Amino acid sequence: MTMVKSDFGYNSKVEGEVIVTRADAVVNWVRSNSVWPMPMGLACCAIELMAAGGSRFDISRFGMEVMRFSPRQADCMIVAGTVTYKMAEVVRRIYDQMAEPKWVVAMGACASTGGMYRSYSTLQGVDNIVPVDIYISGCPPRPEALLDGMMLLQEKIRNEGGSLRRTFRGRTVETKIVS
Amino acid sequence: MDAAALTSRFPATQDLAGKDMPTYRVAGSDLLAVVSALRDEQGFDLLADLCGLELQGRPVRFGVVIHLLSTTHKEYVRLHVDAVNDRVPSVSSLHPGANWHEREAFDMFGIVFEGHPDPRRILMWDAYPYHPLRKDFPLAGIEVPFPAADVAEVTGQKVEPAPMMGGPFVSHGGKLSEGEPTALDQSWTEEKPKA
Repeated sequence: MTMVKSDFGYNSKVEGEVIVTRADAVVNWVRSNSVWPMPMGLACCAIELMAAGGSRFDISRFGMEVMRFSPRQADCMIVAGTVTYKMAEVVRRIYDQMAEPKWVVAMGACASTGGMYRSYSTLQGVDNIVPVDIYISGCPPRPEALLDGMMLLQEKIRNEGGSLRRTFRGRTVETKIVS
Repeated sequence: MDAAALTSRFPATQDLAGKDMPTYRVAGSDLLAVVSALRDEQGFDLLADLCGLELQGRPVRFGVVIHLLSTTHKEYVRLHVDAVNDRVPSVSSLHPGANWHEREAFDMFGIVFEGHPDPRRILMWDAYPYHPLRKDFPLAGIEVPFPAADVAEVTGQKVEPAPMMGGPFVSHGGKLSEGEPTALDQSWTEEKPKA
């Protein structure tokens, strides 16, 4: 007995419902629900970051439980704590090693502005060395505040235009969808 | 603590009559012998702390304070050493725990510990030109180049004096104040510079 495949193309009985949408929306939806954070824990904010990862606050509800300690595998760097000038170099190098697209969250007063450390040793805000997407206030912020900030980041990712276009070392790179 | 043995054997040692624990001023040339004698003969086997200090109005600007603990007799002794020409012998050959303490005192005050096995900075980066805990160093810092030249090139960032907003912020003396610590001089901010 031979089977002849007679129907080419779309078959609703086999493939079910179809949703037609923009490529941007799909890409952003996927990205926003699988933000893999890299904890850049530098001070006490990191303790709250760990609490947000635990079962009580449970960051996995937002698709972010996959904390990656390698910049190659992370999408979002959460700078949690005081950035000293000595550490700033390391923070920037790790940011440079992250693959595009990438986002940065400045968690807490120190990462956002230097906080109470008005001194010779402390970088006055991590936005001096890396572009920051979300600033979270608090000293340290509670896990709820971190989750709120991460949800705002998801919102930002969802509304990004040109998600297939990225700047890479000064050049604009277009990702082609091949169908 | 056998004080007589210490002062008779090291005549340059001066009893400072410490209120909380036996306190001695030790000559830098005697330091290793004193710490060694205290460790081996009197049981002060644990170096509890070593820190640098700067005292204004004294002929020798910097000094080092060493706290030793006897884990058998349960008592402390405190040694003051003047850093003549900013130099003090390193005790890390006798107490390995002194290694990082001495590096910190060098980093913050510029006290050179002679005979230290690894005399590098420990808190600030190696190329940092100042010693920030000295009294003539401003809390806000002094502008210097960023530690990494390639990062500085990309970000245009320098090590800049921190904004003080009229600070440093202090609580107003006396009893425990209920107000927030505030700047002593509140007549200026970054938006409205000091006249």
